[in-house]
Amino acid sequence: MSKRKTPGLNTGAMSDISFLLLTFFLLTSSINTEQGIPRKLPPPKADDAQDVKVDINRRNVLNVLVNFRDEISVNGDIILVGDLKAKAKEFFANPTNDPSLPEKISKPIDGIGDFAVSKGVVSLTNDQGTSYNMYVQVQNELQRAVNELRDETSLQYFGKKYDALDSASQRAVTQAIPMNISEAPPMDYSSNGSK
Amino acid sequence: MSRFKKDSKKETPELNMGSMSDIIFMFLFFFMVITTMREASLKVKFQAPSATEVQKLEKKSLVANIYIGAPINKNENTLPPGEVSVQLNDQTIKAEDLKTDVRDFIGTEKESRDAHDRDRLTFSLKVDKDVQMRYVNTIKQELRANNALKINYAAGKKVN
Repeated sequence: MSKRKTPGLNTGAMSDISFLLLTFFLLTSSINTEQGIPRKLPPPKADDAQDVKVDINRRNVLNVLVNFRDEISVNGDIILVGDLKAKAKEFFANPTNDPSLPEKISKPIDGIGDFAVSKGVVSLTNDQGTSYNMYVQVQNELQRAVNELRDETSLQYFGKKYDALDSASQRAVTQAIPMNISEAPPMDYSSNGSK
Repeated sequence: MSRFKKDSKKETPELNMGSMSDIIFMFLFFFMVITTMREASLKVKFQAPSATEVQKLEKKSLVANIYIGAPINKNENTLPPGEVSVQLNDQTIKAEDLKTDVRDFIGTEKESRDAHDRDRLTFSLKVDKDVQMRYVNTIKQELRANNALKINYAAGKKVN
């Protein structure tokens, strides 16, 4: 008498409810993760600060201009987006110590030793009428040039690609191959008014 | 013979549904963990440009989104001179309120994070790829003026 069999619970309804929840989460959520090109803006100018003219040697600057027709010019030559990476890479690396390309300063870096760090700065100017797509493409090509150089340096000193390194070595490589992009205030030639 | 044919009408045994709901729950938790709710409904057209060197953002809870694109509804606020709206939270902002709205937005986003997370807060610019840079530049200027320096140009991964 004491050992009465408990009747089996009907759990079909439970799975219905969990299906309902499942479909709800499937529909309301977006799987695509947040991704993009991270950048840092320069800190805001203090009110009392004067425009300090920093004297940068001409050979250390790569002038990248993007106009409102989405055409790119690098130091005066009009090029296509596809060629920008090679230009930027040559500029940052300066493998032959060309006097027209940026100078390098030997600096001691933890984990690498003395490394000739390039003083090159990319000066990026865009027009107010430039399309955002082209702007991202240009940023992407510059990033690609730096990433490839970082990969090469990592392989040379640590035998691994940059992504596979631990954070201390990554920091060392970042110090060896800095990414210097300076954004000039945009120009405005697209609207008819002169400015 | 009738002795053996006694129960020819065999009942199908009831299926045990208990384990099925276990599996469904597992799915459910999986989706709950990997997804985030869409926090605001989009009021602007947004199609991200694609790039090869995209990086994943570290933490989703440390990202605040700014959408810029052509408005989906005609009667949304737009910025001069043209057909582009900027959406913060769930509203498009008016041109004359741009400065205060952006400042308030940055303020509340920073406020809602822990003190030690405030510097890691990233402002993700979700800009439609057809938008002209003038609007992006305006927003960037405001971000910079309000000391929100960590930004991200949202882009999809380009498949080669």
